[in-house]
Amino acid sequence: MNNFFERRYVITGIFVAIILTLLARLYYIQIVDDRYAIYATKNVIRSFIQYPARGPILDRNGKILVQNVPIYDIMVTPKDVKPFDTVAFCNLLGIDKDGFNKRWIKAIKYSPNKDSPFEKQISAERFASIQEKINDFTGFYALPRTVRTYPDSVAAQFLGYIGEAQDRDIKRSNGYYRLGDYIGITGVEKAYENVLRGQRGVKNMMVDSRGAQKGSFANGAFDTVARTGERLTSSLDIELQKLGEQLMQNKLGSIVAIEPSSGEILAYVSSPTYDPNLMVGRERGNNAAKMYNNPYKPFFIRPIQAQYPPGSSFKPLSALIALQENIISPSETYYCTGHYRAGNRLVPCNNGEAHGTVNMGRAVAESCNGYFSMVFQRILERSGAKYTEAEFTKWRANVMKFGLGARLDLDMPAESRGNVPTPLHYDNVYKKGGWRASTIISLAIGQGELLATPLQMANLECTIANHGFFYKPHLIKAIGTENVIKAEYTKRNYVGIDSQYFEPVINGMQAVVEDGTARRSKIPGIIMCGKTGTAQNPRGEANSVFVAFAPRENPKIAIAVVVENSGEGAHWAAPIASFIVEKYLRGKITPRESGITVDYFANANRMPDLTLYALDLKKERMRDSIRAVKADSIKKFKADSIKKAARLKTANNNKPNNWGNLLAGRGAGK
Amino acid sequence: MNNNNNNQRSFFFNVDWVTVFLYLILCTIGWFNIHAAVFDERHPSIIDGATNYGKQFIFIIVAVVIGMIILLLESRFFSALSPAFYVVTVLLLMVVLVIGRNVGGNQAWINLGGGFRLQPSEFAKFATCLLLARYLSGPNIRVTDPKSFMAAGAIIGLPMILIMLQPDTGSTLVFCSLIFVLYREGLSPYFLIVTGLLITLFVVALLFNPLHIIIALVAFTALVIFLFRRNRKLISTMLIGLAISITFVFSVKFIYTSVLKPHQTDRINIILGITTDLRGKGYNVNQSKIAIGSGKMWGKGYLHGTQTKYSFVPEQSTDFIFCTIGEEWGFAGSLALLGLYIFLILRVIFIAERQRSPFSRIYGYGVASVLFFHVVINIGMTIGIVPVIGIPLPFISYGGSSLLSFTILLFVLIKFDSNRMGII
Repeated sequence: MNNFFERRYVITGIFVAIILTLLARLYYIQIVDDRYAIYATKNVIRSFIQYPARGPILDRNGKILVQNVPIYDIMVTPKDVKPFDTVAFCNLLGIDKDGFNKRWIKAIKYSPNKDSPFEKQISAERFASIQEKINDFTGFYALPRTVRTYPDSVAAQFLGYIGEAQDRDIKRSNGYYRLGDYIGITGVEKAYENVLRGQRGVKNMMVDSRGAQKGSFANGAFDTVARTGERLTSSLDIELQKLGEQLMQNKLGSIVAIEPSSGEILAYVSSPTYDPNLMVGRERGNNAAKMYNNPYKPFFIRPIQAQYPPGSSFKPLSALIALQENIISPSETYYCTGHYRAGNRLVPCNNGEAHGTVNMGRAVAESCNGYFSMVFQRILERSGAKYTEAEFTKWRANVMKFGLGARLDLDMPAESRGNVPTPLHYDNVYKKGGWRASTIISLAIGQGELLATPLQMANLECTIANHGFFYKPHLIKAIGTENVIKAEYTKRNYVGIDSQYFEPVINGMQAVVEDGTARRSKIPGIIMCGKTGTAQNPRGEANSVFVAFAPRENPKIAIAVVVENSGEGAHWAAPIASFIVEKYLRGKITPRESGITVDYFANANRMPDLTLYALDLKKERMRDSIRAVKADSIKKFKADSIKKAARLKTANNNKPNNWGNLLAGRGAGK
Repeated sequence: MNNNNNNQRSFFFNVDWVTVFLYLILCTIGWFNIHAAVFDERHPSIIDGATNYGKQFIFIIVAVVIGMIILLLESRFFSALSPAFYVVTVLLLMVVLVIGRNVGGNQAWINLGGGFRLQPSEFAKFATCLLLARYLSGPNIRVTDPKSFMAAGAIIGLPMILIMLQPDTGSTLVFCSLIFVLYREGLSPYFLIVTGLLITLFVVALLFNPLHIIIALVAFTALVIFLFRRNRKLISTMLIGLAISITFVFSVKFIYTSVLKPHQTDRINIILGITTDLRGKGYNVNQSKIAIGSGKMWGKGYLHGTQTKYSFVPEQSTDFIFCTIGEEWGFAGSLALLGLYIFLILRVIFIAERQRSPFSRIYGYGVASVLFFHVVINIGMTIGIVPVIGIPLPFISYGGSSLLSFTILLFVLIKFDSNRMGII
């Protein structure tokens, strides 16, 4: 009755064959193909970066210059975001619909799969109200971070600031930095970025399909802990820095003070300055734009970027080279008639009044242009006028040994070189062999093409204070809690002048303050050796320059002060320097015989006329890395200033490119 | 009759305990894997009624009780009432189209209140198998007879059409498996072969240029005709076959674009690798493959699966329950489970074959075919060799209707079997 009995085997065969096909496929995806296991790990494990706090920065006495405060970034992973109530979300973050869209597009553009910051830098107080609700929005989460805070708001140009890593930073770092990471942009933050940034950690979390965290992966076996950045101990003295910034307010210029026995920079004042706290937080962009547009350039780091003719402050160096080269003895006298004739050029001295008979000491003390012109000419012409170029090359090398005309390699970015002109430069201006000592005589008194940064000037004083060597100046005294000191900072750099030659020059410098040009700045009970400079400035009033070190025996501080467009060094720079020196040596300021007070100088306004100052802008703008400002008005402004500069040149100078002659012709330095 | 004697001896006289044992193992595996798939830390207990695993426990108890009740009933009850069951099911299938609850795009559920819902299409399989057995076992009925074949086709076709209207393609296709029953009862093997060929041709037509397929078909036909040029019958068969094939190849595009719905063509495209859209349309299958594939040889261990527990696989307690098994128990577990299934199916065929009455044999083949189809399609879709068709894995997927209908399907056979010496 069962005709088709054998068909049970056909059916069984088909069933078994198909089930075996399933098994084969299972064998393939479970055993043979490893991809799925990898995908599964990718599905479930989300690595969360743990951001370390940046290292704090202390002053030389352990006082805090920079520390960190907690903030929160709201991060988003667009892929994980599920439809949500955008209105509630916008209200929560305090943004509008457009703002939301803008941020959303930015996040998608960066990557739909990776997390990027959606709303940045929410303060701890504001975050308290957001914290609870943010978890309701799948795909968004809060990332705790820290930002910089500056309790005393000082030393902005030293400290610099941090900002978000730009595309080129990210590329250059081989993927170390990610969008939204912070990186040092200027100052110590940039210079010591690798030390300050610390080490990022990773926390591996398991997540479900909506990205909600479900506990740590493998009990944290693959996690790493974030390591806070190293602490930096700066060489700055915060009290000195504060006093310096107070004295320099409403003035353009710079103060650099260095400890000669170590090269540690004690004060690093750039004026105008700004509150570094302005470069932190949500208003950072607006604040930065304002400062970029400020014609007095608060971002310009004057101690290392501004280049001034050193003027008469250069004279001690001239004297030292002359002594070393046996051109003159300290006791040899020179009779000053009120001007010095070099070839057909007349270098005026002391407003044309005769100094009479001076030796080296008096020449330094009274800043006799004639004496130093004579010395300079003798050096260059000692082998005959024909060999001027060879002798000049030698002289230039001697000057450069003092750290002029080249970067001092300060541990900060963006240092300028200054300038000691090359023979080639004069060959180009005149013709080969067409120049003599008399042609370039203004170099003798620190004018002409000679340019130095305040740092270089202060370093020069260190060298004199040390009788012939300097330590490389630096702003970071020690790195980390173990106070590591770089080896290069303990090495003496000799400048090639025998120590016995320093005494006569220092005598002269002491006299400058005792009864010379800077006598009004004499500090009771402290022997300060200094030199005033009044460096002619083609664009307005001369720059007031003063360099000094003190005390004479065992010098503790060397200083250079430049107050732009403020006339004679004795009037502005010297008193300011004397306050700094006394404050450092004595901890307080005592009343002066001359009656000068800190308050008077702190309150004085020496800001130059903007239209005159604007002429400087052209040159600085070229150097400046800031090219963000492209508004038409600025372009026009630039064009105008170029025209003005050109007019000024043609009106005043028959031999272009040689301000020196023009200046020498007007009479320089006191 | 010796029925009365049997009943007097024991309720469970002659019950095939092997099958009952397999049934209970599969239900338990299902329960534990639902626990793993939707594990909820707030309700860790496997019998917590607030969770799906707690509910499944209740379903299992209810199912076992109903199974026992079935064993207590008379075999004749089912054969006599098979038309009634069928009519009631068909009516329910009509009712559901009017008052049904729409879940996941299918209007397949009748709300029973208290959080429980009935899915008539699940019970339609049982009723259809029963009536088909009843009809085919009738006097003078032969499948080879066109009239009988048409009638059998109508019995199968009516619930298919009604379920198609819900629309629930998966449950509809389940009825196609009954072709094995017809084959066992004498249907020409050509039906099986032609069906197999048409499915192959459908896939091939989607993957390759129609022109190339036609050239290949013509070449193949020419070769066969050349080799067997004496056999005139074969030649004519081949030529007819060629004509049908060519027509079919050209109509595939039409079926594909006009008959099938977009989500269905998407699913087929993903299986065939025509489209890859791992985040969108292909997400389910890809995540399912990831879950199973990451199980490797021995799996991640009970409750240690990450893909299913953290909701990467959708429908993880119902249609994609096999992912949890593949992930947590690895290839070893998958092999064991498939082993259990093939054991059960072969046991059902064995039981069917030992029946004296054609009625219970035919019914037995119906059970085996339905179980086989569910297992193959369900596991096949989770590992990406069958388009996604939402049908449950027998005894394992979460859901009362499906567990209950499979229990009834199986226990009625066990009941028939315990009476195999008698004539129903």
